[in-house]
Amino acid sequence: MFALHRPQRSPQLFSSNPAGALRTLLLMAVCIALMFYDHQRGHLQKIHAALSTLVYPVQAAVNAPYALAGWAQEKLAMHTALVKENTRLKQELLMDSVQLQQTAALEQENARLRELLQAGAKLSGHVVLATLLAADMDPFRHMIVIDKGADAGVYEGQTLLDARGIIGQVIQVGPVSSEVALITDPSQAIQVQVNRTSLRTLAIGGADVDTLSLPYLANNADVKPGDLLVTSGLDGHYPAGYPVAVITHVHRDPAEPFASVTAQPVADLDRGHDVLLYFPAVASAPVPKPEVRSTKKPSRRRPR
Amino acid sequence: MRNPIRRRANWVIVVTYVVALLLSIWPLPDWAEPFRPAWLVLTTVYWCLFLPHRVGLLVTFVVGILMDSLTGSLLGEHALALLLVAWVTLKLHLQIRVYPWWQQTLVVLNLMLLYSFVLFWVDGMLGYTQGSLLRWMPVLITTLLWPWMMQLLSALQQRYQVS
Repeated sequence: MFALHRPQRSPQLFSSNPAGALRTLLLMAVCIALMFYDHQRGHLQKIHAALSTLVYPVQAAVNAPYALAGWAQEKLAMHTALVKENTRLKQELLMDSVQLQQTAALEQENARLRELLQAGAKLSGHVVLATLLAADMDPFRHMIVIDKGADAGVYEGQTLLDARGIIGQVIQVGPVSSEVALITDPSQAIQVQVNRTSLRTLAIGGADVDTLSLPYLANNADVKPGDLLVTSGLDGHYPAGYPVAVITHVHRDPAEPFASVTAQPVADLDRGHDVLLYFPAVASAPVPKPEVRSTKKPSRRRPR
Repeated sequence: MRNPIRRRANWVIVVTYVVALLLSIWPLPDWAEPFRPAWLVLTTVYWCLFLPHRVGLLVTFVVGILMDSLTGSLLGEHALALLLVAWVTLKLHLQIRVYPWWQQTLVVLNLMLLYSFVLFWVDGMLGYTQGSLLRWMPVLITTLLWPWMMQLLSALQQRYQVS
């Protein structure tokens, strides 16, 4: 072993004990105390925020090749490909605006009906663009980092969407980045309703990243594969009426009180693409700055 | 350490740790995620084995906390597991150093079992125990990587005269 051939300073070799039992026990006690207080969320927010600033360069470095590849693809794209994409996007825009016209009419009708029912008007929020960083976290949880933090008005519990549906919620806010738990994370549950029948239930995450399970549906519940699940808004957390998942599998065993139902999220839960942060219209949430997309460098300012 | 050439070589240790952290969060396809080697454990074991007077418990603790922040786990989870690994390594470093490579690999296997067990245990208390068989995959892969990792790091250490 080469290390033995190197001249060692003998006093250091024997006098100082690098693995002092007291020091080990002390540091382990610190770890256990940290875990204990961290488990009760909210106690260590400041430490988390400071650490997230510290490790943000690492996350940004990991994301850099992906960002660069995307940028290069944009710059080096062939003219014909761009023209083709442009045509396709224009067509999509046209289709979407036709649907939007209908939506406007429906919204008006809905408001009128709500007035008749004397129900409160539905408030719609606004969204801000953010990017999912291409960085893996704990392999047994489904979490992701976004490039927006307290500087963009992000707050804990905020809903994250993409063009197709709900992605998850913010669970940790840092100064320039935030951690998001996907709806399929084992710690997450979301109040949904079957769009076809308005049947309400809970969809909970698990081990698989593209599966949600609905464990609390009775055996005779009216659900079938292909049903769309939307947020009910009753959890007071996620905004109502956004698509969450499509039911893929219903298994009814007469011996069991509940049917075994699984669903597949409609949102694209993959890494490294653009997502939307939802800001509700009510005044309870902090008002975000008006800027939309910013690529700021991590600043060293103190968290809140 | 009074020798200025030796003192400058500190950055090699820092670079190996930063690279280990980068590799720990490098995006992999979903199927490959459970097979990711525990780069941080390999790095920690190496430096605790061959530079115990420079890389000890405090460095391990700091790196573990950074890892916790990167992976979004409970603050202190990876730090605790790494501390145990570092402590055993430091205790036995004079013996492990003179073992032949295959015996060292067996030691790393045990250290990885210890590390994975602590993570498994903490996650179990929090209720994230799904995929429990795949959990032990990194133990195997990390252990098999040790001989190569050791060659690589010792080459680096000799090249840059880190001591």
